[in-house]
Amino acid sequence: MASEQVLRGSEAPKVPLIYNPVVRGIIFQVVAFVALLALVVWIVNNTQENLRRIGRTISFEFLNERAGFDIGQSLIAYSSDSSYSTALVVGLINTLIIAVVGIVTATLVGFVIGIGRLSRNWLIRSICTVYVEVFRNIPPLLVIFFWYLGVLAILPQPRDAIHLPFAALLSNRGLTIPTPVWGEGAWLVGVALLVAIAMCWFTARTAKARQMATGQRFPVFWTCVGLLIGLPLIALAAMGFPLSFDVPVLGAFQARGGMMIGPEFLALYLSLSLYTASFIAEIVRAGIRGVGRGQSEAAHALGLRPGTTTRLVIIPQAMRIIVPPLTSQYLNLTKNSSLAIAVGYPDLVSVGGTILNKSGNSIQIVAIWMVVYLTISLAMSLFMNWFNSRVALVER
Amino acid sequence: MQENQVAYVRSEMERPLAAPAGQKGIVHWLRTNLFATPADTVLTLVALAVLAWFLPPVIRWLLIDAQFTGENRTFCATVSQGGIQPDGWSGACWNFVTNKFGQFMFNTYPVDERWRPILCGVLLVALLVPFLTPRAPYKAANAVLLFVALPIVGYVLLIGGWFGMRYVPTREWGGFMVTIILSYVGIVVSLPAGVLLALGRRSTLPVIKALSVVFIEVVRGVPLITVLFMATKMLPLFMPNNAKIDDFACVLVGVAVFASAYMAEVIRGGLQAIPKGQFEGADSLGLSYGQKMRLIVLPQALKLVIPGIVNTFIGLFKDTSLVYIVNMFDLLGAVRRNFSDANWITPQTPLTGLIFAGFVFWIFCFGMSRYSIYMERRLDTGHRK
Repeated sequence: MASEQVLRGSEAPKVPLIYNPVVRGIIFQVVAFVALLALVVWIVNNTQENLRRIGRTISFEFLNERAGFDIGQSLIAYSSDSSYSTALVVGLINTLIIAVVGIVTATLVGFVIGIGRLSRNWLIRSICTVYVEVFRNIPPLLVIFFWYLGVLAILPQPRDAIHLPFAALLSNRGLTIPTPVWGEGAWLVGVALLVAIAMCWFTARTAKARQMATGQRFPVFWTCVGLLIGLPLIALAAMGFPLSFDVPVLGAFQARGGMMIGPEFLALYLSLSLYTASFIAEIVRAGIRGVGRGQSEAAHALGLRPGTTTRLVIIPQAMRIIVPPLTSQYLNLTKNSSLAIAVGYPDLVSVGGTILNKSGNSIQIVAIWMVVYLTISLAMSLFMNWFNSRVALVER
Repeated sequence: MQENQVAYVRSEMERPLAAPAGQKGIVHWLRTNLFATPADTVLTLVALAVLAWFLPPVIRWLLIDAQFTGENRTFCATVSQGGIQPDGWSGACWNFVTNKFGQFMFNTYPVDERWRPILCGVLLVALLVPFLTPRAPYKAANAVLLFVALPIVGYVLLIGGWFGMRYVPTREWGGFMVTIILSYVGIVVSLPAGVLLALGRRSTLPVIKALSVVFIEVVRGVPLITVLFMATKMLPLFMPNNAKIDDFACVLVGVAVFASAYMAEVIRGGLQAIPKGQFEGADSLGLSYGQKMRLIVLPQALKLVIPGIVNTFIGLFKDTSLVYIVNMFDLLGAVRRNFSDANWITPQTPLTGLIFAGFVFWIFCFGMSRYSIYMERRLDTGHRK
């Protein structure tokens, strides 16, 4: 009897198909997929009908039409006669400019503040804490308005502009800085700079190889500083200093000469970098504190000096913790640069918004925005992942 | 011959010796915290110089030279600008804030009907405070009231048109009220939606997983402004003929979608931190997927990521200010709008208004982050690795 029961029990039990997890999973997915498909078809149908009613089609032909509006800041040739697509490219370049400049500044300020928050000096620590707590808890758009409407707009008129160091002028029309004017033979300076960079790279490589082989060290840093400053200077002297500066002078409505940086750019740049710096500071602080105390104690026990300990033991390990969240802050800054539209700095979103209002092709413009921002995000993530794989410690 | 044994038993503790000279007191504190090394001394002096240069003018502007009373711009403008202040005067114009306070809070919501948003606010506070106080009882009922009843009551009250209340279209809404509504809806929608998306992303079903990943990554990859533009310009195109969607509803959808994607990533972090044994233990007890997640995994995962969730809330609260760009007037938008009031145009007005708005945002965000630190400490059961 008993063996019969065991035999019977070992047969595949008759379970209704609905309780089979695989079948369930497939049914569930099919239902979800069909529901989504139905939604998409419904949306596409509605959209087509709506577009037909207002007499529009989805095509990107309008990009070749004449733009008909001016853009304040443009690195490539652009006039109101250029096409919409050129305008969008100008916007994209402006987005990239603000992103790169902002990321560099935010990283520098963020590292200084983050390290300052770990200082033994009570005053420095408190100032850095106040900075972080203030900027982290205020919307970036408000900070942009603060600079644009509150500070830059109430600066003096261009004719009584404030004189800053290096002959720069600051007024409510923006910051005007002197620009270098290269004379005859200035190409040699560029060549000298390139040669210096190449020599630096070579020196660093040989010095590292020598240290690995013999243990002898070579002052790479100071050699490079000397090369990078010295070689271009020698080149300049050899060509008889073919360099002059276009220094801005006061004007009634605008400073003459030099390069003008508009208040829109300044407001956006200051706000984005100072806002993001507060987040980067917290990341840096967490990263440095995340390195175990035993690491620095061991380094001291080996006889390394505090500076060397920081450089060779703490920072490399802290970078492992810092880099991944740093990447998302860089992406945030890039995405926040779309706030440019609030002050009229012509970035991709701002230019796109103008085109959207002029031509009414909302679907295409939003699609272009999404594609461009997703591409930027993807590219930046790939680059930072590569960087991360270089700084990440290889563990057993 | 009794021997008298004299034993010495101390009945009170010896008083501790005073700290060695120079190891205590303000001088010692100054020495270790401000002037420990020559480099420290230099840093301290530089910082003091910067503060001495920076703080007095700021305090003068904010408080001492500031104007607190007056009904119009003349009180905040210099003589040459057509006001009563001496030329060269500069100070905060706080009477701008006091006069416009109602507008900053409700913007163009009809003055006679403002008791309705105020009532909603009182209800919100009355439900939120016990909900956030760990010791208060009836959490489940409280949650139902806060997340189910309040939205319905709030909708009925704010829109009106029922029970003899005047109909107030959403284009008349504005001010801090809109900031609160947007963040409240964003929070209420994003938490469950984020949980579902995160579970979807961790699911073994390929179609569900792919859909979740695409949704999360696309929304997180683009700025909120493009999502808002999409919501206000494209959502109406997606709807069938003649269906008119309220602009405010479009913005709400945009904010909720955006917040859900960010929330999903935070919760996914928590799910990943739960050891595999917990899932296997739940399976071996014979729990279904829903029971396993609801009773075993999510309580642990959500507790782990409370700081991340609150950070997302803070981000959401700050991001609501972006609706200004699609012509909606939240607190920042209402403040900004009043800069162009001809009755109040002075050089001091924008700075004053923005500092006020910044202060309000700051109080709320800072409060949220403090609360998250408090909850984190309270819920820390020491299980963390």
